[in-house]
Amino acid sequence: MRSKFRPNEGEREVGQINTASLPDIIFMLLFFFMVTTVMREVDLKVNIRVPEATEAKKLEKKSLVSYIYVGKPLPRFQAKFGTEPRIQLNDQFRTVNDIEDFIAQARDQLNEADRNKLTVSLKVDENTKMGVITDIKQALRRANALKINYSSIKTKKLK
Amino acid sequence: MARKLQPINAGSMADIAFLLLIFFLVTTTMDVDTGLMRMLPPMPEKNQKKNQDKIKERNVFVVLINKNNELLVQGKRMDIHQLRQAAKEFIANPDNKDNLPEKVWKDIPYFGHVFVTRNPVISLQNDRGTSYGTYIKVQNELIAAKDELRNELAQSKFGMNYDDLDKDRQNAIKKYYPAAISEAEPKNVGGGK
Repeated sequence: MRSKFRPNEGEREVGQINTASLPDIIFMLLFFFMVTTVMREVDLKVNIRVPEATEAKKLEKKSLVSYIYVGKPLPRFQAKFGTEPRIQLNDQFRTVNDIEDFIAQARDQLNEADRNKLTVSLKVDENTKMGVITDIKQALRRANALKINYSSIKTKKLK
Repeated sequence: MARKLQPINAGSMADIAFLLLIFFLVTTTMDVDTGLMRMLPPMPEKNQKKNQDKIKERNVFVVLINKNNELLVQGKRMDIHQLRQAAKEFIANPDNKDNLPEKVWKDIPYFGHVFVTRNPVISLQNDRGTSYGTYIKVQNELIAAKDELRNELAQSKFGMNYDDLDKDRQNAIKKYYPAAISEAEPKNVGGGK
């Protein structure tokens, strides 16, 4: 039977697909992901579920942002650090007194021109008490890091 | 005795590339950070006099949250669902009521000579025992009140949302509704620890 799609069946063997360009395609994908990748910077040692908000806006310029994490320590750290919400800066548990140094360090890493654009993102578990946050806010004011961002998930409607 | 050059077998190139690709796929975080942007007030200077009573009482909208996450708005208990409406009424004062912020005639580009509220301030105070979740909800409602008013105005005047306008128009709208949300100096309301 003569098929429209295989005109001279029987006469020709099915040729091998040329895969020479496959690496190029894969490399292209690879470069895309390499460029867009942001490595996970820190290991979270505290449990954080950030609150939801309808007015949340996108955080621009990630390089200008420093993060402060606050929440209950993960189970494997609870023996040492207890179950009360703790502050995590970079990779370690810290106290409020370390925040000023932390901000000074973060500022040093920025360009001269960007120093006053430093934004501090507070990633705080929603069950934390405001006492800790108030202390952090006071420390940030002392360090003159006034731009802050209460990290929250954007939703259309609150429960 | 010229030996023929063998072509290098590039068949495994794809595999290597795949391996790298998978590595980057796994380590990639695509999530975008979102949150509520706020500005903290600068630390008061040591020799600066307290000029808090300069703002008239009717121009301040006081929201207190106690350690049981209950709201006290302008001296009355309020449910969080009514807060947005109350805040909107406070910022705009559409009926020119006596207990809401005073209004003045102002010249604003694009709008001309208009009768608007003068510097209403929303003051948010919380207890040390307030939960962060509630605090963010209240912040969200207050920001939403301001944004909704500005969006409504932008829509009726320019047919666009506030965020899509250019700088000049945004500033004009900001002047029309100049609400400021202040994070008060910490006080211990309600005695929680």
